[in-house]
Amino acid sequence: MNLTRQRFAHPLDVKNGCIELTHGGGGRAMAQLIEELFLAAFDNDWLRAQDDCARLPVCGGRLVMATDSHVVSPLFFPGGDIGCLSVHGTINDVAMSGAQPLYLAATFILEEGFPLADLKKIVDSMAQAARQAGVPIVTGDTKVVERGKGDGVFITTTGVGVIPPGVEISASRAKPGDAILISGALGDHGMAVLSQRENLSFDSPIVSDTAALHELVAAMIQVAPGIHCLRDPTRGGLGSALNEIAQQSGVGMRLREAAIPVHEPVRALCEFLGLDPLYVANEGKLLVICPTELAEAVLAALHGHPLGREAAIIGDVVEDRHGFVEMETTFGGRRLVDWLSGEQLPRIC
Amino acid sequence: MKYIDEFRDGQVAQGLAARIRQEVEPGRDYALMEFCGGHTHAICRYGIEDLLPDKVRLIHGPGCPVCVLPSGRLQSAIDLVEKEQVILCSYGDLLRVPGAQGDTLLKAKARGANVQMVYSISDALDIARAQPDRQVVFFAIGFETTTPPTAVAILQARREGLRNFSVYCNHVLTPPALRAILANHRPVSLAEVGSGKREHGTLDGCIGPAHVSTIIGSEPYQFVAAEYRHPLVIAGFEPLDVLQAILLLIRQINAGEAKVENEYTRAVTPEGNRKAQRLMAEVFLLRPSFEWRGLGELPDSALAIRPEFAEWDAERRFTIRAIQAADHKACACAEVLRGIKRPQDCKVFSTACTPDHPLGSCMVSAEGACAAHYHYGRFRQAAA
Repeated sequence: MNLTRQRFAHPLDVKNGCIELTHGGGGRAMAQLIEELFLAAFDNDWLRAQDDCARLPVCGGRLVMATDSHVVSPLFFPGGDIGCLSVHGTINDVAMSGAQPLYLAATFILEEGFPLADLKKIVDSMAQAARQAGVPIVTGDTKVVERGKGDGVFITTTGVGVIPPGVEISASRAKPGDAILISGALGDHGMAVLSQRENLSFDSPIVSDTAALHELVAAMIQVAPGIHCLRDPTRGGLGSALNEIAQQSGVGMRLREAAIPVHEPVRALCEFLGLDPLYVANEGKLLVICPTELAEAVLAALHGHPLGREAAIIGDVVEDRHGFVEMETTFGGRRLVDWLSGEQLPRIC
Repeated sequence: MKYIDEFRDGQVAQGLAARIRQEVEPGRDYALMEFCGGHTHAICRYGIEDLLPDKVRLIHGPGCPVCVLPSGRLQSAIDLVEKEQVILCSYGDLLRVPGAQGDTLLKAKARGANVQMVYSISDALDIARAQPDRQVVFFAIGFETTTPPTAVAILQARREGLRNFSVYCNHVLTPPALRAILANHRPVSLAEVGSGKREHGTLDGCIGPAHVSTIIGSEPYQFVAAEYRHPLVIAGFEPLDVLQAILLLIRQINAGEAKVENEYTRAVTPEGNRKAQRLMAEVFLLRPSFEWRGLGELPDSALAIRPEFAEWDAERRFTIRAIQAADHKACACAEVLRGIKRPQDCKVFSTACTPDHPLGSCMVSAEGACAAHYHYGRFRQAAA
């Protein structure tokens, strides 16, 4: 007789069941949720040990650690969901230091009443994203909050990775004369999510670009270990990411609007809502700042990877004591690309 | 994007800019006011000033609906949502505009008031339909462009017998504001043209509204030419529209002419949108006087809801306290809105007043002169 099977009288009703407070209570219901849902999906030796922590081999070099919370609404959007997003987001945060991401931890805050079928979809999506990226989820935690005190599900993921020797990538390393590159078209994620919001009933072909970028980073570092800065322009978009780097490095930037790739449907929807694609979120794009002599090699490495096919050189780093990010517009004038202030709001007139 | 990219073509822009450079006359300069915030935004966003000779100076006007709403009316809305426990639906930009003592709808929301950002008045109607036990108030602002949709919503609410929906009406009219601006500026004198120096507060011509003119047409601007002897060119909001309008204004000024021209013929007719005008007349009537931020009390410059629609008029349904709120002492919004000061002439511009902590309304909306200059153009000032 299989004793493990008998631990739970009835299997988890994934089809019709929903999260109850007992799923976070630390008792048998929680053990069952972990075993039948999380463990079944993320399955690996560390998780199977079912300890409160994962024991990982320590390797030489510099360890990188990053954490990211995900509270996206709606939970499912064209091109992805909160599950794969939470895996990609943290892998990318680790990878932007030039590190190879190794392990992930995941914390779930679940709202009472959340359908188990939706949770399973999300967890399966996370498992697939982690497996595809080759970065296992080795430990985690689950909490349940009363109905009305959460928004379905919040997921926090934490990742660790190791930086290869000789790589020094930091937002404080941009230098006048450096080239600025972007790995692809801007704004797909933000507009895909926005187009699904309840009060904007658009039919649009826009899908989120959510993707793990660590392989793209590895491909670039292989040909150009001297890259100065990497950043994934998520919330706040390219505009905010460039301003952060300009401030941290004490430099200015000059962009060429005509060189910045934006897909036509994104441009059209932004136009309609009065938004600027430069400030719309991306989840599968990265920004590279490197010495100008490395720019062509980095561009070739980007073009050689499916996630970097639309990469482009979009500007230069310059000396500027004000730290301004300026852009030559397609119209022939100049404008500032300022920090985003507040949320981007639709124009009213 | 079809019908948009054509009006943002850099090559055509260079051609127009070259023609402007050729046609400006030596020894004279050109002070042109763009009335609308939409033009201000396009000028700053595309860097149009970089394509113009120094002699052509653009002065930002008051045509930003968020900017001209006086602090008192805004504070009354905050008062309404907090005291009457209504759901207040508002366009996003209004949430950050400072009322009395820097209070905002966003702060009221954080204190627990039910303030909801909507994209259009029809969203507010949906909220009212979905929550019949709650009173839903739409905070209506804007010039003639946003007024017809408000009229449609009120008529719709009456048709449906929607008793929990009302409108806090702050709609204003363009021609009276333009008149107030022109009364404060005078055409430049010949002596000044000759000397190459000009006094403060002079104006040579106006770029007329785009979207507003699609509703009211080009006829209501005739007084600008007839009474004030200023040329006015109605222009679309795309950057090539603006450049073309500047060229047409320079030609009129050089020829000593003052007439109303229409560059935006693809959308604006002399008589405007009659259907929209009829809707407005059906639902609204003129207020004898209304306060504008920066321009003060202007007669016949704003609309109120007709008594037959009293049920959908928030000012009749609720006790809305009239609040007198002074603008921040250091804020020069009033002068900026009248075109007397440039944003960078204000003492607190980009120091105490920024888009993150606006002291005045012009720093809030993307169409506000201060916000547009801050976001897109302040590097020029740093370089100067």
